[in-house]
Amino acid sequence: MTTQAIVIGAGIVGAACAAALAQRGAKVLVLDDGRGGATGAGMGHLVAMDDNPAELALTHYSLGLWQGLRAQLPERCAYRGCGTLWLAADEQEMALAMGKQALLAEQGVASEALGTQRLAQLEPMLRAGLAGALKVPGDAIVYAPAAAAWLLQQAAGVTLRPATVQAVQGRQVTLQGGERLAADIVVLANGFGAKALLPALALRPKKGHLLITDRYPGRVSHQLVELGYAASAHHSEGTSVAFNVQARPTGQLLVGSSRQFDTLETRVEPAVLARMLARAVAYLPALAGLNAIRAWTGFRAATPDGLPMLGEHPEQPGLWLALGHEGLGVTTAPGSAQLLCALMFGNAPLIDARPYAPGRFAEGQAA
Amino acid sequence: MNDWVDHCDLLIVGAGPAGLSAAQAAAEAGVAAVVLDDNPRPGGQVWRHGPGFAPPRPARPLLSTLARPPLRYLPGTRIVDAPEPGVLLVEDEQRGWLLRYRQLILCCGARELLLPFPGWTLPGVTGVGALQALVKGGMPLRGERVVVAGSGPLLLASAATARQAGATVVGMFEQAPLSQVRRFALNLWRWPGKAAQAAALARRGYRPGAWVVEALGTDALQAVRVQTNGRVRTLVCDRLACAFGLVANTELASMLGCQLSAGTVAVGAGQRTSVEGVYAAGECTGVGGNELARVEGRIAGLTATGRHAEAAALAGRHRRWQAFARQLQASFELNPAIAQLARPDTLLCRCEDVSVAEVAGHTGWAQAKLHTRCGMGACQGRVCGTAARALFGWGPGNPRAPLVPARVATLGVYGTGGTGDD
Repeated sequence: MTTQAIVIGAGIVGAACAAALAQRGAKVLVLDDGRGGATGAGMGHLVAMDDNPAELALTHYSLGLWQGLRAQLPERCAYRGCGTLWLAADEQEMALAMGKQALLAEQGVASEALGTQRLAQLEPMLRAGLAGALKVPGDAIVYAPAAAAWLLQQAAGVTLRPATVQAVQGRQVTLQGGERLAADIVVLANGFGAKALLPALALRPKKGHLLITDRYPGRVSHQLVELGYAASAHHSEGTSVAFNVQARPTGQLLVGSSRQFDTLETRVEPAVLARMLARAVAYLPALAGLNAIRAWTGFRAATPDGLPMLGEHPEQPGLWLALGHEGLGVTTAPGSAQLLCALMFGNAPLIDARPYAPGRFAEGQAA
Repeated sequence: MNDWVDHCDLLIVGAGPAGLSAAQAAAEAGVAAVVLDDNPRPGGQVWRHGPGFAPPRPARPLLSTLARPPLRYLPGTRIVDAPEPGVLLVEDEQRGWLLRYRQLILCCGARELLLPFPGWTLPGVTGVGALQALVKGGMPLRGERVVVAGSGPLLLASAATARQAGATVVGMFEQAPLSQVRRFALNLWRWPGKAAQAAALARRGYRPGAWVVEALGTDALQAVRVQTNGRVRTLVCDRLACAFGLVANTELASMLGCQLSAGTVAVGAGQRTSVEGVYAAGECTGVGGNELARVEGRIAGLTATGRHAEAAALAGRHRRWQAFARQLQASFELNPAIAQLARPDTLLCRCEDVSVAEVAGHTGWAQAKLHTRCGMGACQGRVCGTAARALFGWGPGNPRAPLVPARVATLGVYGTGGTGDD
């Protein structure tokens, strides 16, 4: 008998889950409220992150899956294997880069240390005198909204329905207006939106700002990230900024990043934007004179340990969670989907699933 | 004052008829107002002047106001953001800075409504006002064959400018039907100085109930196909100026939190907006011509400087020109057929090369933008977003910083210049 599945959320994680379920022969109904989430607001980076072994395992696994999709992705998905340069401002940071290289190598992720001169040759727009960089050539960028739409379109047996979910209870879904749906499997993949359905979930919104310039082709070739990025991304409670720039295929520079906890105010905050841009100009001085055409904000769904929740709800059989991907949802969507499906269908996942178990947070406030 | 922050009691945005009239009222009261305008020369779109094109007579006394101290005039200055109440982030060619104000008069004007039709992105096709601006900016037209089309009295002004520059106007096509245009012309005697316009409307070559259905050409415009009374004919030309009237510029007002009504800035007595200390005048509050804009600008300037009796005395004149505006809007109402001219493969967004068909399948502007990239180019959706509103009825999103393309350095000023939380 065909497995019936409902996936809530048509962002990159929901789309990947729907596609993976369809691949296993399930009939999938995807429900999306059209309000847009982190997929539309984010940068769309595909990057190996090594903040902890579980993060590296999931990002590395997922990058391999993206590589497999690469040949099929239509041009509108804007996949570019540009690689990442982790920038070291001084010798101390260069030592961090070497440490990062060793960590990545343990998982089989190739990287190359670059000195001052080589870095200046590769990215002449960067300020002079940086100590060097660690180049991770396997990293890439993608236009995530198009990739999510494509994942849904190419999968057989997936139906997308615009609908707002009002309640979820195990395998039961209630829509706004009172309509009730049921399935063998319900997947909650609507990012921070899940908090409204299951208030006990250990999710917090982490606001981010982004800005994009007019077209300036050829100025930047790689994704550029400061080595302090990981520290800013995961260890700060206050408002923080870190330098992160991508060259989009249009020649536009996409400039990030900022992080703020516990606000749901969508407006672009001039002071945060200014701080973020000051950081970016410190690395790319000529950016100051380029025209910005748009700025916006979005919300990452963050868990206490920075790892997603992937697995069955500990108290609601049949309800599966693919949530809390924070800033890595685009990178880890395919790995998350495969891991979740393996657990659903009783197969052994290709990476250890325990670090992502939804029940790992303290009792009472657990998922 | 440091380099990053400037202060003024009264800030007037725009140096067109409304802004200049507000400035004149402020200057009479001796108020230290600042007039900020994004154009390098004052006069707005309607009184645009340049080499070989002197400003029209009624504009001259108002233009000279700008030289009257304590007034300060900041040309070529763009508003980038409204970071907090009473503060604007602005930039000119050299630098960005914060401008603090106590009161603000918005005279942001209007822009042309460009709607897509096959061939509208060919070189040689411009807006109606845009052609005027190009000519007044020095673009030669001598010996060229020009077609002027679309809607509104601006067609006549643009054709006149083109002739003055040596072009041959081979056709003027107004989409509004003859009956409406005739009624408009017959009523013009009611407003001073408008009789000449009536004569122009009766001119040979001006054809109501007609519109361009397609612009033809491979690398540049070569001809247009024009529909009149259900018949289509081809007309050879070098240039087409086509726009379907004007739409109010409301982005800044909207960012400031001012209430909008029917796509214009809503104002009450004394040209007050819904935000305390913020006034609006001229075409950003509704399209009605430079005479209405001047009365409204003066009322706003008088009210902002506390001369309420003088402002109230203008009520009669204000009402008279408001009636003209209503007549104008009713007469040149858009024929629904105009919104059907585009073919599926006609571009809607020329910055990002997105066709009408790609956009049409979506449920709203935000979704269409995200999935097709329409409106994501350097014009920030000002052209295609406005067209999408006319074509699909989609409302615009909330304006965000930067309101106009602005240097990254300018957006970095806030927080480094003694304001903000840093």
